Amino acid sequence: MEDKIRVYGFKRNKDLYLMMLPFLVLFFIFVVLPVSVSIIISFTDFNLLQFPKFVGLSNYRRLFLNDDIFITAVKNTFVIAVITGPIGYLLAFLMAWLINELPAKIRAILTIIFYAPSISGNVYLIFTIIFSGDPYGYLNAKLLEWGIIDSPILWLQDTQYMLPVVILVSLWMSLGFGFLAFVAGLQTVDKTQYEAGEIDGIRNRWQELWYITLPNMRPQLMFGAIMSITSALGVGDITVALTGFPSPNYGAHTIANHLLDYGSVRMEMGYASAIAVVLFGMMVFTNLLIQKFIKRVGT
Amino acid sequence: MAPFKVSTVSLEKKQNLRIKYKRAPNAFIKFFTNTRSNRSVWGNILLVAFLTFLAFLFLFPVIFMVNNAFKPLHELLKFPPDIIVRTPTLNNFLELRVIFQDSVIPLSRYIFNTVFILVIGTAGQIIFASMAAYPLAKYKFFGSEVISRIIVLSLMFSPVVTAVPNYVIISKLGLIDTYWAIILPAFAATLGLYLMKNFMEQIPSSLIEAASIDGASEFVIFWRVIMPSVKPAWITLFIVSFQTMWGVTGDMYIYKENLKTFSYALGQIARVGIARQGVMAAVSLIMFLIPTITFIIAQSNVIETMTTSGLKE
Repeated sequence: MEDKIRVYGFKRNKDLYLMMLPFLVLFFIFVVLPVSVSIIISFTDFNLLQFPKFVGLSNYRRLFLNDDIFITAVKNTFVIAVITGPIGYLLAFLMAWLINELPAKIRAILTIIFYAPSISGNVYLIFTIIFSGDPYGYLNAKLLEWGIIDSPILWLQDTQYMLPVVILVSLWMSLGFGFLAFVAGLQTVDKTQYEAGEIDGIRNRWQELWYITLPNMRPQLMFGAIMSITSALGVGDITVALTGFPSPNYGAHTIANHLLDYGSVRMEMGYASAIAVVLFGMMVFTNLLIQKFIKRVGT
Repeated sequence: MAPFKVSTVSLEKKQNLRIKYKRAPNAFIKFFTNTRSNRSVWGNILLVAFLTFLAFLFLFPVIFMVNNAFKPLHELLKFPPDIIVRTPTLNNFLELRVIFQDSVIPLSRYIFNTVFILVIGTAGQIIFASMAAYPLAKYKFFGSEVISRIIVLSLMFSPVVTAVPNYVIISKLGLIDTYWAIILPAFAATLGLYLMKNFMEQIPSSLIEAASIDGASEFVIFWRVIMPSVKPAWITLFIVSFQTMWGVTGDMYIYKENLKTFSYALGQIARVGIARQGVMAAVSLIMFLIPTITFIIAQSNVIETMTTSGLKE
């Protein structure tokens, strides 16, 4: 299945190594090094002022045994991620695929429209007005007018409603980089395969999707999966923008919020790094599962 | 003879019509008249209706934002706000201009900083990421598997905790208060490489082998064969990279006022308080418009590629 050229020896292929060199050097300095340092710091007590003190696994022990807020954060993150991850991913693919059916110019316009929320910086503003707890907030005003509710609902302060609102807004934001990759990927699928499929008796869009499009899109599907995983499990900006930081009663507190709290407010870098490592582990594990699944697509 | 003549005219007319139709087959009409046997007309109609509905849903906040930029202050402070502006005004933009006229650092300086970072950062990211992606996507060699894995893993590590080590590294390299503090880390962004690599994996190896038998060097193959066939990928990367670099404030690494970016300056202006609400709305619109316009230009290029790329087995 894998279509790669095998090469041996350094001398004959020094061009290949040369091409990778600039990136790899920068990658090592600005990515590998800081990440490795962070992982090491997660085993220390480090407040940025004094030299880090090695404390073994105590940060991790504290995280899982003595930090109730972290457990709340894990629960909230799971609730949000389990819904927004898969649905957001499917939505991004579905939209890219539907758009792909349309004539080129209309497709371009729709791509921009659907991606627009990811470009505009302050899209949350409108949602804080829609879901405002004020009786005149858009949603409350309408619900009161229709007689569905008697008193305004505090959408963004009531722990009962916070997570659903966050999930809704996350889904609305889910057409991001992954969506663009899907749109671009669909355009690289060989057109002659579709014509051949038509002759071979592929009867409708859905068969074509399963037997031709999806198998051809595997690399993009992997890319989209990574994007969905990192944004679903790393959810944080949305909760801060909608419900504040920290959210009332930690009702929408996520792992990323917890990380931000210790990493840039309390400056307990050792503890913050431990949170980052745990989050990292969760993402890696989810990614492994999904990659296995994507390999089976279209068979 | 007369009836015969009439009939030829009408035939000619018919033929003209047919040619006219052939010459200008409106893509949208063609789409509805069912050009492929495995597509149903009703399916197409349903599809367009559904997408139009969604488009409005997605555009709603954008419409709100655009209208906000033209609202006078009393309309902005109204609650609940109207979506559509009642008495549109350009005051917000004029006020923004006045603020920049009074600023110590001229506006042009901020714009130059942003343009410099944008151009070098985006171009460099695309070139370095693509160059490294090609060997990793199409060749198997010592270490290729390990490097690919590390790159995927690095995508999943939170940047919040790496901020401190990053700062130390950048200051040790003497990059504080230079454009390079923003540009060099952008070159190392793994997301771009991962995107390019995934697209390049779809290029059949036989194509590369054929080019190599013809005597092309790896660099030539990369530039002439690989890059043109993954044009949709690097245009996508261009869009996202542009968007990120445009939004960069650099406030962690750049302290000299004359080296700060346009987005930083705009952000500072908007942050002052409630009296600046109008300016803030104008700033939001500007921050949104520049990447959107770039996106439109880039996206129309993606569509062009579709018809020209034919590099498949």
